[in-house]
Amino acid sequence: MQSYHLDHLQHLETEAIHIMREVAGEFERPALLFSGGKDSICLLRLAEKAFRPADIPMPFLNVDTGHHFPELNEFRDRRAKELGGKLIVRKVEDAIAQGIAVPAPGEVSRNRLQIPTLLAAIEEFRFDCCIGGARRDEEKARAKERFFSFRDSFGQWDPKNQRPEIWNLYNGRLNPGENMRVFPLSNWTEMDVWEYIQREKLEVPSIYFSHTRKAVRRGGQWLPVSDIVPPKPNEDVRELVVRVRTIGDIISTGLVESPATTTADIIAEIAAARVTERGSRADDKSSEAAMEDRKKAGYF
Amino acid sequence: MSVSQPTELRQTNSEAPRPALPVDILRFNTCGSVDDGKSTLIGRLLYDSKSLMEDQIEALERSADITGGGQINLANLTDGLRAEREQGITIDVAYRYFATPRRKFIIADTPGHVQYTRNMVTGASTANLSIVLVDARLGVIEQSRRHTAIASLLRIPHLVVAVNKMDLVGWSEQRFLEIRAQFEEFLPRLDIKDVKFIPLSALNGDNVVDPSPHTPWYSGPTLLGHLETVHIASDWNLQGFRLPVQWVNRPNNPKNPELHDFRGFSGQIAGGIVRTGQKVIALPAGIVTTVKQIWTYDGPVQEAFCPQSVTVVLEHDVDVSRGSMLIGPDHLPGASNELHAEVCWMHPRGLQAGRKYFLKHTTHTVQAVVTELVHKLNVSTLETEAAPAELNVNDIGEIKLRTSKPIVFDGYGINRLTGSFILIEQGTNATVAAGMLMPPREVVKSEHGDYVI
Repeated sequence: MQSYHLDHLQHLETEAIHIMREVAGEFERPALLFSGGKDSICLLRLAEKAFRPADIPMPFLNVDTGHHFPELNEFRDRRAKELGGKLIVRKVEDAIAQGIAVPAPGEVSRNRLQIPTLLAAIEEFRFDCCIGGARRDEEKARAKERFFSFRDSFGQWDPKNQRPEIWNLYNGRLNPGENMRVFPLSNWTEMDVWEYIQREKLEVPSIYFSHTRKAVRRGGQWLPVSDIVPPKPNEDVRELVVRVRTIGDIISTGLVESPATTTADIIAEIAAARVTERGSRADDKSSEAAMEDRKKAGYF
Repeated sequence: MSVSQPTELRQTNSEAPRPALPVDILRFNTCGSVDDGKSTLIGRLLYDSKSLMEDQIEALERSADITGGGQINLANLTDGLRAEREQGITIDVAYRYFATPRRKFIIADTPGHVQYTRNMVTGASTANLSIVLVDARLGVIEQSRRHTAIASLLRIPHLVVAVNKMDLVGWSEQRFLEIRAQFEEFLPRLDIKDVKFIPLSALNGDNVVDPSPHTPWYSGPTLLGHLETVHIASDWNLQGFRLPVQWVNRPNNPKNPELHDFRGFSGQIAGGIVRTGQKVIALPAGIVTTVKQIWTYDGPVQEAFCPQSVTVVLEHDVDVSRGSMLIGPDHLPGASNELHAEVCWMHPRGLQAGRKYFLKHTTHTVQAVVTELVHKLNVSTLETEAAPAELNVNDIGEIKLRTSKPIVFDGYGINRLTGSFILIEQGTNATVAAGMLMPPREVVKSEHGDYVI
């Protein structure tokens, strides 16, 4: 007996598959941004659902800041290979060496420098569309962004001048040099992502699960101890049982103390959580409009 | 760094018990005029349903100290852009998400200023339900009529009139009934099936999540109670199979003989149900063939329904590509290059007869020329003005168009997905109009000459 009823994950899935196929149908040279993080892991499964049994008709692109968790890059490379996809990695380090990205004096974070690196990769491969895993529930500026987010020839997002997006009719028309960022997971929440990972039995990098790690207390958070910004003698360093809830660069990703060793544990933990996912990302806390400003400059 | 756990990757544990999933999704939008308290209402829904996190509340408190003189402003939860916080207005559609054990909700907070009607159309086009906010002190104003008219035009199945700021009229039942009567005066002229009136105070939380002690005369549900229980299962069209083809799936895999000749048509079902072995018509070719397989990543299925995404393999090699539509033999659509539609104009450059645009309908983009402006709707009086010279931004009107190729369509009242289109300005590529098609005057003929059976 068929009930002709979709549950909420099936709804989100069919919406996202439709968007992926619109990208394949409307753009000449799309790319899929794949970092190895949980959101882009879902994107890859959705790409499989959209395009199999054919090959996924777009390469995977990752901007490597040089400050990635090694577990993440290992996973990224292996997963791309398993799917038979072409993985393009462009490094912030190379962009700095070529003068494409210019660090400010004393600037350690690679967050801002990802932007020119990404824009240079888009130019190099003449990508007209990049699919990303951003979600509207992550942040207030993202909450206002369309599925098809138009970027001008400087890669800039203009929040006041977005194309109206009506029904499921996406306007993907571009003039030369312009670019579209497309976010199939716009309507997904953190909980939806983990429930989908559970339903689809998707692998995720080990750092999402509980492990023992040396952590240093900075800015009210526990950050992983790394060689990039080594702990100073007066800093509080401890060995803790932690996991990451959202993965950014190793110098800015807050660790949460957690015993969660399975996806089900993580889902239970999120259901009881009292802070948002991005509450553990130092890069978003710098100002109320931090994300809006980065997006206007060409961020994902 | 020390990582005690081996770095190999783990399969997720599927045996573990998982929390009960919400049964379905309700999409709704909120509309009202500038100070009706839309954002406050959404903030209140999130706050009282315990969907807010500590860091969000902290951020609210931080901005309260800076801009609000110490008062927490729930509107700051949704007004995310710099200019909005500075000017205290909502510029664009903001999407919010929350869930209760019964349902998951997607909220589109759409601004009320007259110049932002296009955003309301954007936010409301996918909604199951619209909340129109009315300030109890002001009663029905032009904006209330405009928003209700747009909700009706977009055929949003359910409407909630939230009579807000009831605390400021002393929780007067008489005032509530007056406003209800004002609405009921013009509702019969609109096409809305289900309307609910709820007296509330977003600021204080009365009748939003928790029932109010101030409205003993009101026996209906709270706003959240209504949102959790309103019946939406029949909002999708399950009559008349429609599959607009998005993408032709051709693996061209010489190594795998099974895939070597695979040719599937991928798309999201826009109406009805399809079954393996059934007859379908491929349009515009007009060829009848049979469904050989319904392919999905999770394995072939015997049947699939709207709005699932599938890949259909046909018995015969027919001419089908992106923009084609597969349809079932019952409930036939129209196919024409002469179209008649209601449009909401969304661009500062007005519409005049004779202008050319791109028209995107389902997965098909064609050129279109506007041949006639039939009338313009006055949304305050719901009267029409015949043969206007121009449709300006935020105007709603009826137009006729001619397209460079016929499109296969249904009336918007029958099917929102195959009865809608957008117009795109050539050159700037701006989306300038949302269009809703009138029912076809004649349907495609099923006894077309070129049948392959």
